[in-house]
Amino acid sequence: MLKRTEDSLAQISFSRPHNGSLLITIAGEWRLGHEIPSVDEIRKEVGTGLQVKQVSFDAQELKGWDTGLLTFLINVIDFCSGRNIAVDKAGLPQGVQRLLVLASTVPERKDTKLAAVRVPFLDRVGNLAVAFWRGNLEMLEFMGEVLAASARMLAGKARFRLADLFIIMQECGVQALPIVSLISILVGLILAFIGAIQLKIFGAQIYVASLVGIGMVRALAAVMTGIIMAGRTGASFAAQLGTMQVNEEIDALKTFGISPVEFLVLPRILSLFVMMPLLTLYADLMGILGGMLIGVSMLNLNFMEYYNKTREAVSLNDLWVGIFSAGVFGILVALAACLRGIRCGRTASSVGEATTSAVVSAIVSIIVAMAIITVLCHILKI
Amino acid sequence: MSYTENLEIEMQEKMEKTQPHIMVKDLTIAYGDFLIQRNLTFTIKKGDTFIIMGGSGCGKTTLLRHLVGLQRPAKGQVLYGEVSFWDAEPEERERIMMNFGILYQSGALWSSLTLGENVALPLNLYTDLSADQVREVISLKLSLVGLAGFEEYYPSELSGGMKKRAGLARAMVLDPGILFLDEPSSGLDPISAYLIDELILELRESLGATVVIVTHELASIFAVGNNSVLLDSEAKTMIASGDPRTLLANEKDPRIINFLTRGRGAQRE
Repeated sequence: MLKRTEDSLAQISFSRPHNGSLLITIAGEWRLGHEIPSVDEIRKEVGTGLQVKQVSFDAQELKGWDTGLLTFLINVIDFCSGRNIAVDKAGLPQGVQRLLVLASTVPERKDTKLAAVRVPFLDRVGNLAVAFWRGNLEMLEFMGEVLAASARMLAGKARFRLADLFIIMQECGVQALPIVSLISILVGLILAFIGAIQLKIFGAQIYVASLVGIGMVRALAAVMTGIIMAGRTGASFAAQLGTMQVNEEIDALKTFGISPVEFLVLPRILSLFVMMPLLTLYADLMGILGGMLIGVSMLNLNFMEYYNKTREAVSLNDLWVGIFSAGVFGILVALAACLRGIRCGRTASSVGEATTSAVVSAIVSIIVAMAIITVLCHILKI
Repeated sequence: MSYTENLEIEMQEKMEKTQPHIMVKDLTIAYGDFLIQRNLTFTIKKGDTFIIMGGSGCGKTTLLRHLVGLQRPAKGQVLYGEVSFWDAEPEERERIMMNFGILYQSGALWSSLTLGENVALPLNLYTDLSADQVREVISLKLSLVGLAGFEEYYPSELSGGMKKRAGLARAMVLDPGILFLDEPSSGLDPISAYLIDELILELRESLGATVVIVTHELASIFAVGNNSVLLDSEAKTMIASGDPRTLLANEKDPRIINFLTRGRGAQRE
């Protein structure tokens, strides 16, 4: 550790060579982090004795300096200009003089400070309500654009690259298989395990197959795949489109007369709409396999017994409900992700916000849609 | 062709060159309540190389976004010929925009496409050229900007200067009537910047395009500009317009002189 001697302390002393003149002698090391005298000492000195009209400096005993000395001197100059006291900088080192000139070349702009306005509570509530309403309008506008683009696609007039569509399908379909497999097997396994504990009490272990089969095929496979897609593909869509916004790539599309909704959003919605039901079918099988692992290994059921019970319990209606839900979730995830991505701001942090918001909105909309579908199925007796 | 016919064509070309191509009338640009520039009024003639100049953060790029239809003005008009861009029907706006070629500050190349695909996309969408013809056009445009042979490269594999040149190739792929260039030579080494300036002049001469450039690079301003507007961030409006060399020679306003002499105006006085 650096040992500081008395000599290296930042010090000031005062003398009055002439009437109305104050000479400030600066000595020692004036560096940031060291103890530096305060401007108050000058204020006190100026306040006592004869009126001071000019301040000058003697820096012959100055051992070293950095920004610490500069900030002190700027404070002294500010103080003196407030009292109409002239400041003679000739006694300061050349470097210090040059930096002081540089710091005062461009005067401080007074209109740059953001006014700290305290917004009343009712104003804040009002602003939030307006923002919420605008958000909804934005979403409706976006959905309208997507509907119009879909109509153009059905009429064969939409402009996007088929190659992009296939690449996105591959990314959100085939490449998602490992994670969908893992999650679905585990969900089937957990469902069977929890069911087995209860059903074993009544000697009804065989119904584990029905529980897992119906649970997975009708709802859980679609919901779990939807959530995986929201976290994996939805986040990726939002980040891709958000980054394109930051890099002005979306502006470039617009100015070439290419609709970003047609060119970027449509292939993504189409990909998820097609791949989600397929992934859900796959998740159904994986979930049933997970349940079967528990059934065969822990409940002493044999493979054929489990298989037959599953076939008996699961109806085609269950399958259609699951597939339909998956299609809906696919559209919702893609819509939420693309909306957030395309409306993203132009900074790196706004890409992060868009991604987070995309995942949250997608998951919430999946759960809400699942609830609506379940109630509708109950009413329609499906 | 007879002498009189030749003369008529020549006269017509001269008339066209003096006709206002773009007119900006009393334009105010703002982000919500935050005013950026107000009362902007200037004219860009056909064949001009028009410079939008000003210090950093004064709203040059924002003004460009208003000219190319990416941002609606708070007040005022942008006229292309006789048509007020923002009052026109969407189809009319799209027709006007089809005549634009835009180079964005970052190049804004579509990152998932190769250079060749970037240049080819507008051609595939708006022309009926065969695959071979498209390849030929791509090759031509890329060689014009010194990037022949880079068709298969992705934007991420290129340097900043190469991205800008590729962006320029894409901007001129449909032979636009107006080229908008946002900071075409900023961030480039002096030789690359000089080459870009030369390229812009060459393109203006050969394509007969009107070129609108946003820049604060003095070398480029004097090398290529024959008309300009100077925006000021403190006054929040334009403080000068005209040929940059004439401004430098005749203007007395220290803000203009300081800008055009890299702050050496005071020394000159």
